[in-house]
Amino acid sequence: MAIRLERRLERSRQLEYLVPVLSVLLSLVVCAFLLLANGNNPLVAYGAMMKEAFGTSYGFAEVLVKATPLILCGLGVMLAFKMLFWNIGAEGQLHMGAWGATAVVMTGWEGSGWLMIPAMMIAGMACGALWALIPAYLKVKLNCNEIITTLLLNYVAILWVAHFIYGPWKDPVSFGFPMTKLFPEGAQLMRFGDSRVHLGFVFALIIALILYLLQEKSRWGFEVAVTGGNPKAAEYAGMSTGRNILLVMIISGGLAGLAGMVEISGIQLKLLKDISPHAAPYGYTAIIIAWLARRNPWGVLLVSILMGGLYVGGETVQITMKLPVNIVLIIQALILFFVLGGDILARYRVVFSRPREALGGG
Amino acid sequence: MSRQWRSAAFTVPAVFLVVAALALAGCGGGAPEEAAPEAAASEGVAVKAAFVYVSPVGDAGWTLAHDNARLKIDELDYVETAYTEAVPEGADAERTISQYVRQGYNLIFTTSFGYMDPTITVAATAPEVTFMHCSGFKTAANVGTYFGRMYQPRYLTGMIAGKMTKSKVLGYVAAHPIPEVIRGLNAFALGARSVNPDVKVHVVWTQTWYDPAKEREAAESLLDIGADVIAQHQDTPAPQQAAEKRGNYSIGYNSDMSSFAPAAHLTAPVWNWEVIYRKVVDEVHNGTWTSYQYWGGLDDGVVGLAPYSDLVPQEVRDMVEAKKAEIVAGDWDVFTGPINNAAGEVWVADGESMADGDMLGMKDLVEGVVGTVPE
Repeated sequence: MAIRLERRLERSRQLEYLVPVLSVLLSLVVCAFLLLANGNNPLVAYGAMMKEAFGTSYGFAEVLVKATPLILCGLGVMLAFKMLFWNIGAEGQLHMGAWGATAVVMTGWEGSGWLMIPAMMIAGMACGALWALIPAYLKVKLNCNEIITTLLLNYVAILWVAHFIYGPWKDPVSFGFPMTKLFPEGAQLMRFGDSRVHLGFVFALIIALILYLLQEKSRWGFEVAVTGGNPKAAEYAGMSTGRNILLVMIISGGLAGLAGMVEISGIQLKLLKDISPHAAPYGYTAIIIAWLARRNPWGVLLVSILMGGLYVGGETVQITMKLPVNIVLIIQALILFFVLGGDILARYRVVFSRPREALGGG
Repeated sequence: MSRQWRSAAFTVPAVFLVVAALALAGCGGGAPEEAAPEAAASEGVAVKAAFVYVSPVGDAGWTLAHDNARLKIDELDYVETAYTEAVPEGADAERTISQYVRQGYNLIFTTSFGYMDPTITVAATAPEVTFMHCSGFKTAANVGTYFGRMYQPRYLTGMIAGKMTKSKVLGYVAAHPIPEVIRGLNAFALGARSVNPDVKVHVVWTQTWYDPAKEREAAESLLDIGADVIAQHQDTPAPQQAAEKRGNYSIGYNSDMSSFAPAAHLTAPVWNWEVIYRKVVDEVHNGTWTSYQYWGGLDDGVVGLAPYSDLVPQEVRDMVEAKKAEIVAGDWDVFTGPINNAAGEVWVADGESMADGDMLGMKDLVEGVVGTVPE
């Protein structure tokens, strides 16, 4: 008996949307057993998570805070994935964006009030874009595997940031702790009311709309989709794959860079080591999001908010139900696991068969 | 012969079956709700104390030491406690701290340096709540700080390492290059060289509190250059295990780490946070708490030594205990001259003692430490 995967001839549209929903449900079911084993009622736990994240104004505001960098990174990753360019490097691009924005603040330039934020945004996006251009260029010129180059450049970016906050940018009164001084008020993004929701969330919404229009209405969006669907056909049709890869990665990296900028200018208010949470870094979570969102900008928005809710709700059940933090991480990991698994089942069917007498090698 | 498994046709009903079964289980189970009959405690304020931890309780080091103390004060009938583990340092921590405020906790301990600004920020919105931040320097009317003179037991463990080494090379796995860590490293080197003047202490900075793999690698690199006792300022026992694997000695940190490396572990400078937690909880209970900065030492018992392993000879123990008694009595402290810095220049003159302020801002290394403070 052998198990092999056989490509489905037709992809079912229903499956396309059903699979992510079922995957999330299934992962919650599996986690329910974990919770039961831990002596908790899973329904009570899930209910408490939902209630805190989406049932209170404070909780929901925090969900949006959490979702903001996820949306920006997720949109960037989605665009690259659409072209089948596997950008695993959002985390590094985010760090470089945060670095670029901080560099503007560190020049000591006060700006003329309103100029400071746009300058930080441009610097952040430029640094993120440049960082993403490296693997894109290597792919186009030398056909280097972008999964490896984008991934490895993450570590370089994180160390690059570390070098500056341990060294030249270290706040002299931080007792040696690696962080810059607090940004001046002019370098802080506006927040709404008493909440921590900041202008970055509005940027994220606008960019989702722009990407949607680009994708659906522009010729270039069509080229990207065709290149992703069938690169050979795209080449025959006279589309320049190389040029499109470079363009897509400039946008993808620029968006992750913007995520880094808004996170430090809107939330952290300084550059420090842990701008992206250790347990579920924004740049890597964005990969899960882009996948779950079926490469649709509105999907990215929705899934990012759900992920933010999972995170904020997860923190709350740690407090109210005394659950270990790892339960939340396990849920996130299981969602990805099931979604990827589900995706394969949607595209291939599993075939059980007796191994045939070897036709040549194997 | 092949059989095809139509995934969707099979999966969909299966999922709903499981969900339904689960819903039933959830309803039927009716888990015994925590019946918490309000133990109408003695007079005074009922204390709801929350703890914000930087690493998982299972780190076996820093956070475990805090959590052991939490469990002790949780036994008091007027105290209820809760904790959140692995909370990122930086602004993300604001949410966790605020949530405790919103849940009605009236005493919040934030147990890592990176929670300093978030603690101050949230405290400004909750004047009725008492905050205690571990290891920082910012205070407010409702924010105090607490820490311990860990350099005192570090000095004592340095003496033991100085006596036990054959290669005269000691390895020190250090976390962040901040005064707290530099102070401990210096104290360890001073202790070692007080009993064995030729000893050198080699240091590797991991720039992380909690990263078992990195901590182990750092320890291995020190063992590679001939260190035969490994000490650490890290949260996990990974360096201990690295030392044991090579048949060398080690000195733990935070909690008694002997069970992780029984053949290597000599002792460890440890935290007994219960001392300060008990004090703060009682003050809040009695309504006498006012903001202060606590920095207790061996005399208070907030820092101490883990039990000696059988590997430590009696005469070494006697020598260490004598020194400890001197410190506890207040006759002598670690940073008392003559002390030279790493460049060989006089740092603390003979007979002088370093002021607390200088210790809290320590940036330089003492003579005998091989390595630099990363810039």
